[in-house]
Amino acid sequence: MKQVQASMAGTVWKVLVAVGDQVEVGQDVVILESMKMEIPVQAEAAGVVKEIKIEEGSYVGDGEAMIELE
Amino acid sequence: MNETTLNTLQNRAEKIKQGGAPKYHEKLDEQNKLFVRRRLELLFDEDFQLEDGLFANGMDESLPADGVVTAIGQVNGQTVCVMANDSTVKAGSWGARTVEKIIRIQETAEKMQVPLIYLVDSAGARITDQIEMFPGRRGAGRIFYNQVKLSGQIPQVCILFGPSAAGGAYIPAFCDVVIMVDKNASMYLGSPRMAEMVIGEKVSLEEMGGARMHCSISGCGDVLAPDEESAIASARRYLSYFPANYEQRPPRLECQEVASDRKKISEIVPDNQNVPFDMLELIGSLVDENSFFEMKQLFAKELITGFARIDGQPIGIIANQSKVKGGVLFIDSADKAARFITLCDAFRIPLLFLADVPGFMIGTQTEKAGMIRHGAKMIAAMSEATVPKISVIVRKAYGAGLYAMAGPAFEPDCCLALPTAQIAVMGPEAAVNAVYSNKIAQLEGVEKADFVKEKREEYQRNIDIYRLASELIIDGIVQPDHLRDELMGRLKAYEGKDIPFSRRRHSVYPV
Repeated sequence: MKQVQASMAGTVWKVLVAVGDQVEVGQDVVILESMKMEIPVQAEAAGVVKEIKIEEGSYVGDGEAMIELE
Repeated sequence: MNETTLNTLQNRAEKIKQGGAPKYHEKLDEQNKLFVRRRLELLFDEDFQLEDGLFANGMDESLPADGVVTAIGQVNGQTVCVMANDSTVKAGSWGARTVEKIIRIQETAEKMQVPLIYLVDSAGARITDQIEMFPGRRGAGRIFYNQVKLSGQIPQVCILFGPSAAGGAYIPAFCDVVIMVDKNASMYLGSPRMAEMVIGEKVSLEEMGGARMHCSISGCGDVLAPDEESAIASARRYLSYFPANYEQRPPRLECQEVASDRKKISEIVPDNQNVPFDMLELIGSLVDENSFFEMKQLFAKELITGFARIDGQPIGIIANQSKVKGGVLFIDSADKAARFITLCDAFRIPLLFLADVPGFMIGTQTEKAGMIRHGAKMIAAMSEATVPKISVIVRKAYGAGLYAMAGPAFEPDCCLALPTAQIAVMGPEAAVNAVYSNKIAQLEGVEKADFVKEKREEYQRNIDIYRLASELIIDGIVQPDHLRDELMGRLKAYEGKDIPFSRRRHSVYPV
């Protein structure tokens, strides 16, 4: 099981993928809003989106799992 | 002299220079490692080198040179001293003569005031020899003592080819730079076997102390090299930015113009403060072509540190990378900056700060981890640096971020702004919320939006960069595409800078 984790603490601004989407390594999948900056978060592994564990507007801590890939 | 006498010397020397038994050389091949003497050939300009202590422990045929080569040679035309472990001799472990040889080459480097390079590939102490090599006045501890004493006086470079275990792991720790060979290099205090025995943890060596881990997570490594040849080439390149010792100036090379196919800085920097861009691209368009040598490229990537040349003059660059974590300063990035600034300042390498920073990270996670005391390290190192210090505000410089990036109060020789610069305690969005939170809460709908918009615009006018220039807060506003020329002139002008910082024994350093 591969995960996309939050690169820093912040609020989820946009989720760019949906369950079932194929994602590639380095693809932006979530944009966080933190310290008044847009923080794009990339997938570190390729895979199909199995579960999205967060929603837009929710707070995530550093390293928190946001998306499960398979 | 008779033939036998001469032949004996030649045969003995040749035998020792072959290192350990053939099976250990085969093992090197399997591990994609090079023999210690081959490494030295690649490191030095010329094949010929001076060597001390070839016959160390020569009465014991199983320990050629006692497992370490200590040599004097030339790198980029500069004389350097080298100690190099031979892992074909008892896995490069340290006996009494090994330690004595290492101490002596350190003493030689100190007397000559030339760089010292450690080629590390060692299993650590020979437990059987511990009384002779571990605790005494000239035991292994003296190696680390000497390293600390030499730090900042002469460059100390470590290339890690294999393990560097237990106490031995401190050789890299006390060097200025650690270049690690991927897959083969490792640093750890206790081996995975010991970790399982003592604390019950099951873990692989690569995961616990491998090169990639140290270069990306712990920050103990500075450069991750794919193979030994590339690691040695990196060490040679690193040294090209450095003088032989702290009293000399870094060597100036010929100017290399920026390649014509690079983007202009005005095309790279976006106007919107909140949208990330690649600071590495800006650096590429600013410095002499192919002169950028990044340090800790994989560690705390929200801050870029590296050496480069402008008009052939070596400089150290500290730059915020908005592409990673918004360029916010974290614990690791503050550490990374403090370390790099100290390194440049020790060897008279001028500093260039490229600021695009929303501030230091806030929130429980980083506060608990000691963000404040780590941030203090960066600000202390930057304050104490007396080399030419140039601060360029590329976009935002908010809060203590302005301070950490050599803002006006920290005596940069100049603080320049690009027209996109924005200096403030905080950005307009946060500031309006902070000042008018009660008022905003009372309003609704269009009225609320209009109020916020108006206040943000008012705030924006208040922190206008021309206003800051008019108040003499910054020293100038520079056209982005003239920045390189401006810096060439500035670096030349500040060349003669020679100032003391403060009178005392030493600062009480934040750690």
